[in-house]
Amino acid sequence: MTAFPTRKDEAWRYSDLAALERVWPLPAPENIVVPAGGRLERVIVQDAPAGETAVHQVALSLGKGARARLDILNIGGAFGRIEIDATLHEGADFALNAVQVGGGSQVLEIVTNVRHAEPGGTSRQLVRSVLAGRAVGTYLGKVAVDRDAQQTDAEQSVRAMLLDRTATANAKPELEIYADDVKCAHGAAVGELDANGLFYLQSRGLPPAEARKLMLQAFVAGAFDGAEREEELQALALARLGEVA
Amino acid sequence: MLKIENLHATVADKPILKGISLALNPGEIHAIMGPNGSGKSTLSYVLAGRPGYEVTEGSVTLDGVDLLEMEPHERAAAGMFLGFQYPVEIPGVSNVQFLRTAVNAQRRARGEEEYSAGDFLRITREQAGALGFDMEMMKRAVNVGFSGGEKKRNEMVQMGIIDPRLAVLDETDSGLDIDALRVVGEGINRIMRKPDKAVLLITHYQRLLDIVRPDFVHVLAGGRIVRSGGAELAHELEREGYSEVAA
Repeated sequence: MTAFPTRKDEAWRYSDLAALERVWPLPAPENIVVPAGGRLERVIVQDAPAGETAVHQVALSLGKGARARLDILNIGGAFGRIEIDATLHEGADFALNAVQVGGGSQVLEIVTNVRHAEPGGTSRQLVRSVLAGRAVGTYLGKVAVDRDAQQTDAEQSVRAMLLDRTATANAKPELEIYADDVKCAHGAAVGELDANGLFYLQSRGLPPAEARKLMLQAFVAGAFDGAEREEELQALALARLGEVA
Repeated sequence: MLKIENLHATVADKPILKGISLALNPGEIHAIMGPNGSGKSTLSYVLAGRPGYEVTEGSVTLDGVDLLEMEPHERAAAGMFLGFQYPVEIPGVSNVQFLRTAVNAQRRARGEEEYSAGDFLRITREQAGALGFDMEMMKRAVNVGFSGGEKKRNEMVQMGIIDPRLAVLDETDSGLDIDALRVVGEGINRIMRKPDKAVLLITHYQRLLDIVRPDFVHVLAGGRIVRSGGAELAHELEREGYSEVAA
């Protein structure tokens, strides 16, 4: 992209464009090619100092039978955006697990474009957002299945938790399917902490703050199961939760 | 121990409890029976401090201290346990993790030393074992994927671990088959039938009361206690129905 985006541009509709302007033009996306049969595990932690703008763009190409797993933690800066374009060739497998935790007036975004170009590929995106204060958290997730990409199996699970009435979550799953023998599942939910659950925990002796913390931990903790740096990612996510909750 | 006086409460501005008075002394088990919609569950929620249940008149004290001024977790630390009619599922939080956090929060609040990991595990094994509850279930997320009977058993395991002085058990017998009913009933006796403890047992059916013998039976209808008696009152209710006895 060369022209500065506007609000009419779907991919930037919820962004903090004033913050984006400070880092415009963006450098070229990072290019990663996973060769046929190859494996990649990659962790992206966006924990820029308060007030800064951080945009990461990654273009990922998976060769035949290649596997890639990305674990993303998006917690820093005034505007933090992580954009992943992934192209899957025959039988490739792509998994993305992401957590974003925002407070104050942070704007946090994760944008994925997953293209199944050839048959038999599998992809999964799991995104968990916790938003407090006036924070805005967005997930835009597009899955495109080309005409030849039969037996594609794609799945998205998107959930956001709002801790304050003033916080905002945007979730936009988008499917563009040109093959006829595919499985594409997606689910998106935005909610508040379950009041029944909170009361149940409190009635057993947990003070309200601890009850909230336990439920929030549970909400995000599963996202990084099996990640290369699982403990580190969980610790960072929980520390940030402690700050905003 | 627990003293309820002229308790009135509303839910969404609708009056549900219309003047309940009841006193539980240490060592006593009181059963509350009554038709659907008579206010039984509302009473249990008011006692536990559930948001949305508003007390408009009357008082409740636990050991002379105003219970209604306390937050739900403070009531727990003060020794009260609510057994839920519909135990809540909490995905992602394991039973043991939740219970250990809860028990230790209570102990801290009372100025007692927290349980070590070893002590807690030993107590959990004992209580789960006594109720025929698999330790594997204790490691799973709270009530997630549990059957109705397993949820109620889990409530009793929790009660055994927490070891409260006052238990308010809201239809703990509903959804149980005959064998599970016996296990749960015997669990209540084992954990709560002690000279320094008291139980408020809310139930629809006589059957549980054959296992957990109440010292007093009260009939709740239209938000008021319309009759009180001994264990024989439960039999009379079973024979003749609420409409006859409560009339």
